[in-house]
Amino acid sequence: MTKNISDSVRRVDAVEKAGGYAEYLSDLSFEGLLYGRLVRAEINRGYIKQIHLPDLPPEYFFISKDDIPEGGINSIHMIKMDWPVFVDREILFYGQTIGMVVGPDKAEILDIINGISIEYEETEAAFTIEEGLSLKGGPIHEENNIYADYHLDKGDVDTAFASAERILQDEIETGFQEHIYMEPQGMVGYIENGKPAITASCQCPFYLRKAGAPAINRKPEDIIVRQAITGGAFGGKEHFPDVIAAPLLVALEKIRKPIQIVFDRKEDISFTPKRHPSKVYFKTAIDDNGNILGMDIDAAINAGAFESCSPIVLQRVIFSLNSVYDIPNVRIHGRAVATNTFPSDAFRGFGAPQGIFAGEMHMSHAAMEMGLDEVDLKRKYFIKQWGNTVTNGKIHGTVKLPEMWEKIAEDSEYYRKNANFGRGNLSAVGTAFYLHGGGFTGNGEQAIINAHVKLRKTADNKVEILLSNVEMGQGLQTTFRKIAAQVLDLPYEDVIYDNPDTSKVPDSGPTVASRSIVVVGKLVERAAEKLKKIWNIDGEQEAEVVYKHPEGYAWDQETMQGDAYPSYSWGICAVEVEVDPITYEVETKNIWAIHDIGKAIDETIVQGQVNGGVIQALGYGSLEKLELKNGRFYQNTLADYMIPTTMDFPAMKSDLVENPYEYGPFGAKGLGELVFDGAAAAYADAVEKAIGKQVKKIPVTPEYIMELMRHE
Amino acid sequence: MSKIHFTLNGKEMEVDVHPSKRLLDVLRDTLAQTSVKEGCGEGECGACSVLKDGLLVNSCMVPMAAVEGTEITSLEGYRNTDKGKCLIEAFADTGAVQCGFCTPGMVMAAEALLSENPAPDEKEIRRGLSGNLCRCTGYDMIIKGVMLAAERGKGLW
Repeated sequence: MTKNISDSVRRVDAVEKAGGYAEYLSDLSFEGLLYGRLVRAEINRGYIKQIHLPDLPPEYFFISKDDIPEGGINSIHMIKMDWPVFVDREILFYGQTIGMVVGPDKAEILDIINGISIEYEETEAAFTIEEGLSLKGGPIHEENNIYADYHLDKGDVDTAFASAERILQDEIETGFQEHIYMEPQGMVGYIENGKPAITASCQCPFYLRKAGAPAINRKPEDIIVRQAITGGAFGGKEHFPDVIAAPLLVALEKIRKPIQIVFDRKEDISFTPKRHPSKVYFKTAIDDNGNILGMDIDAAINAGAFESCSPIVLQRVIFSLNSVYDIPNVRIHGRAVATNTFPSDAFRGFGAPQGIFAGEMHMSHAAMEMGLDEVDLKRKYFIKQWGNTVTNGKIHGTVKLPEMWEKIAEDSEYYRKNANFGRGNLSAVGTAFYLHGGGFTGNGEQAIINAHVKLRKTADNKVEILLSNVEMGQGLQTTFRKIAAQVLDLPYEDVIYDNPDTSKVPDSGPTVASRSIVVVGKLVERAAEKLKKIWNIDGEQEAEVVYKHPEGYAWDQETMQGDAYPSYSWGICAVEVEVDPITYEVETKNIWAIHDIGKAIDETIVQGQVNGGVIQALGYGSLEKLELKNGRFYQNTLADYMIPTTMDFPAMKSDLVENPYEYGPFGAKGLGELVFDGAAAAYADAVEKAIGKQVKKIPVTPEYIMELMRHE
Repeated sequence: MSKIHFTLNGKEMEVDVHPSKRLLDVLRDTLAQTSVKEGCGEGECGACSVLKDGLLVNSCMVPMAAVEGTEITSLEGYRNTDKGKCLIEAFADTGAVQCGFCTPGMVMAAEALLSENPAPDEKEIRRGLSGNLCRCTGYDMIIKGVMLAAERGKGLW
């Protein structure tokens, strides 16, 4: 094999999409299609006393808990089964699904929904982490409002603190963030051969059938789920489509005609999950010689009214608090707190961006307090190969951070530009260092997912990839084809990979957790090698492989001790800003990034992920303010919830270093989330240096900078 | 309901609709122009961009009453022109396409820009595309796509 897999090819879906030929969910036509729209709770917490329905015209339906078929359960099967399909009696958050109106005309459906009046008994609600912890309005979840309560211990924190010269204290906060995938949530349900089927804009086709099956008293395998071309997801189409699919299946079983649900943008911002807000308190023991002796950290995330995947998000938060640093003595306490907000859920990074933001800012603040350059302090604690992670695991791979930093320092002229910044000369270069573990935590890939991948050689000597991971913009349609083609020495155009259909493909797990290339891509590589061995020009052959956890990586899920992830990808981002002394507006002058993702399966696709992830994270760090007012998202249109436009940030300069990983395809590691993890911290760090005041939260808006500047 | 006359991609059209109906809905639901995407329905994202008498508009903000007598160009028509092909190929070659939901609108916005300014610099491209949101790419490769099209398509615009 002479060609380098990293060499860029044209994406297989590029012309189809750029030419407008690609049909997304709402572009698909179905005979006799009906439309569905959810009827949602208008209070934050309380009870339904009575629902008054207007007279329904013929062909219109109101679907609610009373329509769950016999034997069905009013619960969505996510990780837990706590989230009801429809409100039974008790409402736990504003916007919770009460029912669904279905019928042939969208305007008529809106009229019907406007004519529904619901009598409520409203009770006191809790919205913030503090209110959740103090059980305001009474517990929402069990007796204490805690979905998950984790403790990590490394070294001997008490001894470290006893010998400290000083204890630094710090509090870092992050807010909600909305995904703004350009294509809003949507799916269509229909009956096929007497059984329910769904075509959805989604990341995890197998999740949908599992989620909706109990409500309609069927087995998951009796439901077909097909992925439609998906217009962006970023975690927002991981679990939340379950919450649409379950009521849709109930409606479908009753009406038995095709029903489409597509959210409009205001619905999508108002009534879908957000990135978990976080609060992290640090106590850090230091001596007089520029050493960090230990850290005692308390982290909490606002998980909202149902559990969804919050405990696992919390794991990523706490594992990321020390990120690339090997601090000798660390104690971490983490809690996922129940509140009456819309349940928070997966968003690119899955807790890591919150943990890394807190950790990076705190390290910078500590350096400031110790009178050191932050990078000098950070470099001193860079974790090394075989160094100890915060879960008392090891870093198995080579760590290239020092040479990556040299490159960024040179390109950004970090030392020259910052040499005389003197804290407050209104321009500076900020940086952040980060890592991201690829795949599910610990041995989850084996214990929870157990992915299967199949390749089929067709009679005309093409190869079909059969698995359940989806193209959602990140390029899998192309990269998976390239991996198989490279092994089999075929042109990648001869590899077929259709959008998954659960009745045809094995379950290779969800399209999440930066696992698609490093875990599933490896299975594609292995299946291709297996197929190559049995390749026969005549007829069809199949090769199937199952995930095997790499040897030498130990993990105990109960105690969360050991190697939290088999592989880590690494990154550094630097941002140069200039702050306007009058308006406090910030102009980003330059952006640099460097990443170690093992090996790029396609350089252009990788650069596309880097560009998009960094800009999305800069939005998180600077623009994307999303406030909760009386339990509702105050910003709920694209006019008031700002995401970056072409005008907000300059072109970035970005590099890769190769560092192949033994258990990834051609050495590749995870990528999709890594590139989101650090830029918000780099931006905040730059502003902090430019204004000479400690930044403690994001987004760093001009209003927040003004507060910092005026508050001496 | 009123009869509204206009041309779509050069063809004469007559539709019988309420004059307040959105051009976006008529294009998508009545005339099967599914390249025209609804991203926000409030004129903020540009996914539903089409040309009206050669100028870029968000079709979600255009009532049918304002369409009478105009020339509408959607990507369904534009993609068959030399300029359209040039832009689509350039987008594909620079990696400008990820999830693709914003891309048809981006192509139309690029056409509107290039027809005004056939050799834009980076800053001018950023300004020209500033009404079109993309959440995947961070825009750099889209901007390169427009630059490449301008270079390859010298004389087209």
